[in-house]
Amino acid sequence: MHATNWVAGLTGVSKRYGTSVALDRVSLGLERGKVTALLGPNGAGKSTTVALLLGLAGADEGRVELFGNSPQVLAARRRVGVMLQSAGLVEVLRVRELVQLTSSYYARPRALSEVAEMAGIGGLLAKPYGALSGGQQRRVQFALAICGRPELLFLDEPTTGLDIEAREALWTVVRGLVAEGCAVLLTTHYLEEAESLAHRVAVLMRGRIVAEGTVDEVRAMGVRRRIRCVSTLAAAEVRTWVGVESVVDEAARTGGGAAADGGEAGRDVARARSDGDAAARGVTAVGEPGWEAGGRLTPKRRRLEISAVVAEPIVRRLLEGDPGLSELEVSRAGLAEAFVEITRGPAQASAGSGGGVAVRTVPAQGEAA
Amino acid sequence: MNSQTRPVLAVAAGNTDFDTAARGRVSLWRIFLAESRMECLRLLRSPSFAVPVILFPLMFYGLFGLVLGDHTHAASPEAARHVLATYIAFGCVAPGLFGIGVTVALDRDRGLLDLKRALPMPPGVYLAAKLVMAMVFAAVVSIALMVMGATLGTVVLRIAHCAGLLILSVLGVIPFCGLGLLVGTLVKGQAAPAVLNLIYVPMSFLSGLWLPLSILPHGLAQLAPVWPAYHLARLTQYLMGEGDVSFWTHALNLVGMSAVFFVLARRGLRKGR
Repeated sequence: MHATNWVAGLTGVSKRYGTSVALDRVSLGLERGKVTALLGPNGAGKSTTVALLLGLAGADEGRVELFGNSPQVLAARRRVGVMLQSAGLVEVLRVRELVQLTSSYYARPRALSEVAEMAGIGGLLAKPYGALSGGQQRRVQFALAICGRPELLFLDEPTTGLDIEAREALWTVVRGLVAEGCAVLLTTHYLEEAESLAHRVAVLMRGRIVAEGTVDEVRAMGVRRRIRCVSTLAAAEVRTWVGVESVVDEAARTGGGAAADGGEAGRDVARARSDGDAAARGVTAVGEPGWEAGGRLTPKRRRLEISAVVAEPIVRRLLEGDPGLSELEVSRAGLAEAFVEITRGPAQASAGSGGGVAVRTVPAQGEAA
Repeated sequence: MNSQTRPVLAVAAGNTDFDTAARGRVSLWRIFLAESRMECLRLLRSPSFAVPVILFPLMFYGLFGLVLGDHTHAASPEAARHVLATYIAFGCVAPGLFGIGVTVALDRDRGLLDLKRALPMPPGVYLAAKLVMAMVFAAVVSIALMVMGATLGTVVLRIAHCAGLLILSVLGVIPFCGLGLLVGTLVKGQAAPAVLNLIYVPMSFLSGLWLPLSILPHGLAQLAPVWPAYHLARLTQYLMGEGDVSFWTHALNLVGMSAVFFVLARRGLRKGR
């Protein structure tokens, strides 16, 4: 039984191309008023999922539904807007003509002026599509996707080629449509886009959904913790500690000098700054040997980035090993890091690397959890 | 046209109570006309289409039918009509081959065909619009050739000739649309013009559209009936009053060839999904 907000989805769907399994008993529901991000590496099955939902391909097993019908039913597709990454439009047609043509497929399309304003193509209407830049062409494709007042919007890599301003504008429009009740299926390689827009995330890997949930839930599946600090401890030494998976000396990585790092991925970074006020204790700048107040030369200080599954024992040992340690930060993985862990996990496991990455696998339909 | 008389696709409400844009009626005619209009604009704005499709038949007829053949045609009205008839057949080939073949191949390549399938466009409208546009272009070329023959040349055309040739031009483009569609489903967009030219030029030559079959080597002349252009040319000659032509034999050949081309093209389109 689907949720009442369910507008489209797959139930136990498998799809093969010859001997290659593109999708293996995948279930995925799209809900009204929600953005679902479909993530996965190349060849994971994202395009097949979209193709099945749009009726471009048929499932070998399972059920594909679009507004309670088969995606082949025209009435169902009339409630859908589509922006495909790979679709180029006719270069010699003008933008106005392209929007008018696509609008003619729908019963109650938006007015041209409204579409132009929403997609930011007001100044492009009289131009041939082929004369537009890549970013402008993406905006036109977005205009075609929204011109029919869709209840379900398929956005396949929608912001590829867009500048930051245009990307933000597109996100704003998408949020507005979602607020009105539109469901969105977003496939993207920009994880910050998924993090910013999506309510739910599904991670596909080799034709199976390996992780699914809200953005926070999927982010929480990234089990590693990142510990950053400025310390006199050598990276090579820390690397030998039990529980440490990797250590990066940022000064070495960036070619020396203070690696000023203001950015931090993840919305809910748990910062546990050490109480040491480095300056007050006379500690010199990162990467530079210096003089303490007592006139003694300090060892070189480094900015370290440590990856570990469990942070607490590492932090304890860091503080024991270097009481002057400063700028300590412990953060949970962002969606990007969680995605890398999730998608790398099965590959490592199958390669027998024993990387110890814990991945919460979503069981396929009918399969014991 | 009154909206009540239009074929209308009723839209099912589906299983949700969302205030939906889908709860309306969409005119099939409106979609078809919009699609046809865009196809027409697309073809007119593409010199690579407009030049071979519209100018070549007029240019070749002007050169070979009017300038070089004028003195012989003045002495023989039948010869003048015969040449015009074959060039009208020639004028039907390119709109079908290039108008559909190249655009379908390009649309497949760029993913537009997939987008059209995903959008709520009624099935068949895309191809129907292309077919109609090919018919329109064939009719335009045919009219232009008849005007040239009657005004610049010595061809005497009766109303019945003109009407018959016009109808035949419109219908005669269909097998070439089928052939173009078949090629369009099989080759890449960039390769399509070259492949179609490899069909267009030999077919025109070996069907007797440019030169009489009687001057070709016997073996090549014997092969003429494998080309649809040969049968179309025989039909245009029949309409011009050439008595030795069997209308139904050539018409049935064209119908059969069209059916084969469209069936194979349909398989190609399905395979490409």
